[in-house]
Amino acid sequence: MNENQNPAAIEMRGVSVGTMRDTSFTVVEDVNWTVAPGEFWVIAGQQHSGKSDFLKMTAGLMAPVKGSYRLFGNETRTFGEAELPERLRLGFVFEGGQLFHHLTLGENVALPLQYHHNLSAGAAAREVQSLLDLMELAPLADVTPANVAADWLQRAALARALVLKPDVLLLDNPFRGLGARHLQWWLRFLDRLWRGHEWSGGRRMTMVATTDDLSHLAGWENADRKFALLRDKKLIPLGSWRAVEATNDPVVKELLAMPVGATM
Amino acid sequence: MRKNLAKAFEFADTQVFRRAALPKAYTDLLGRKLFLLLLTIQGLGAFALITLGVMLKKTSVARNVMGPRIRQEIARAGVALMPMFMFVAFALGFLVIGQTVSALARVGATSYLGSTMVIVVVRELGPLLTAMLVLARVGTANVIELGTARAMGEVEALEALGIDPVHYLIVPRVWGMMAGVFSLTVYLIIGALGSGYLWAFLQDVPLTPGDYFKQLTEALSWLDFALLALKTVAFGFFIAIVTCYHGLAQPLRLEEVSRVAVRAVTQGVIVCLLIDALFILLYLVA
Repeated sequence: MNENQNPAAIEMRGVSVGTMRDTSFTVVEDVNWTVAPGEFWVIAGQQHSGKSDFLKMTAGLMAPVKGSYRLFGNETRTFGEAELPERLRLGFVFEGGQLFHHLTLGENVALPLQYHHNLSAGAAAREVQSLLDLMELAPLADVTPANVAADWLQRAALARALVLKPDVLLLDNPFRGLGARHLQWWLRFLDRLWRGHEWSGGRRMTMVATTDDLSHLAGWENADRKFALLRDKKLIPLGSWRAVEATNDPVVKELLAMPVGATM
Repeated sequence: MRKNLAKAFEFADTQVFRRAALPKAYTDLLGRKLFLLLLTIQGLGAFALITLGVMLKKTSVARNVMGPRIRQEIARAGVALMPMFMFVAFALGFLVIGQTVSALARVGATSYLGSTMVIVVVRELGPLLTAMLVLARVGTANVIELGTARAMGEVEALEALGIDPVHYLIVPRVWGMMAGVFSLTVYLIIGALGSGYLWAFLQDVPLTPGDYFKQLTEALSWLDFALLALKTVAFGFFIAIVTCYHGLAQPLRLEEVSRVAVRAVTQGVIVCLLIDALFILLYLVA
């Protein structure tokens, strides 16, 4: 089937987003946004601009305050038991990982696979091991999150989100606080994943990532990614990396770590 | 999933009232307390029903994950507490039963020994003491673990992975508590009755072991066994519900976890006493 005939992976019309603590308090309003299958969107915004709440709403962790949200063509608010197949087509990487502290990194990664496919730890081991190897996490497989550095926790969270091979990957501020080596790894890995990693059978993955520092992404300037800005409760599409560089928006300049008025 | 949790605390978000400033008038304070009580009862009731529903509906879901989780909780709420319960059983036997036996022997009322022991130990002290100890040892840990998991976003992470938090986090704790309270009560009763006789024997009470255990068996009826099982299972279920409700169903900040643990234990004690009163009525009616 032609990819253009597929419904949009994510489609929002007039959507307003509340916060996880108080859904009546809106942080983003009147969002009209479409993510086609295979696209990679980067949503930039300052801290507390509502990026995390917006992404959590997209992941179905809370319902939109108003408007229509369609995921893979189906109207979605939050996920019940009936919508579990759709839920499993979404992977979510939380900022900071939010790993389960009573489980080791290996068990964290294995849990979704074991739970949804009713597998014993032994039966899930091969799949989990291949993912841990891919993330360079194998030496830390038996360590609990409290004893692992934040850089590696973030990778474990990525492995946990990927273990069910989702169609869409949502990443909440994945580059925040990463060391230079880890940052390069993430940029390379996400790029390969988006283009179709051999681990996922070459299947192209739809991605949406938020960030509060666009300067990290300067290495992605030649790729066909789309950028948007969350500012003043609005989602403003910016276009390609060139458009991001060209804009004079002071918030974008700040996120690029550039003085206002300067050009790249 | 999220809908399950939302149902439980949507109507009973008591934190809004708890965080509010103290009212100036006593009547307002009383009104608030009453309102909080009603909200808590409503929230607990909803949470208990949701948990029961999940327990019944999802018996065959993810058995390879849930089986070890349930065994782990049974070990935590039962097997791991065995040494402490053996000590408590012997202490209870020496302190309470031994003295009762020797007092009855002094007034020549040893024929009432069986029924006294059954009422005091089998019906009341055994189940209630077990429930209190499990509440203190495992219930508080439940509130702190779940409260911290919720405050750290681990519950959100479960939902994002399509795993029902009630199924994964609560159901094993409920099974563990029910099995734990039941088994530990049986051990406590056997240990207390045995050590009680040992204490009486050391005090030269004229009662042979055969007579002692004959009186006990004659005083016990099938109803005692049935109600003991029901009562201990009810204790375990409600201790798990109260402690898990406070840990999981309320949106918590990290600094509120310790305060909520104290509240959960207090409410757990009250719920256990109410269940106990209900079973006393059942004994009286039956």
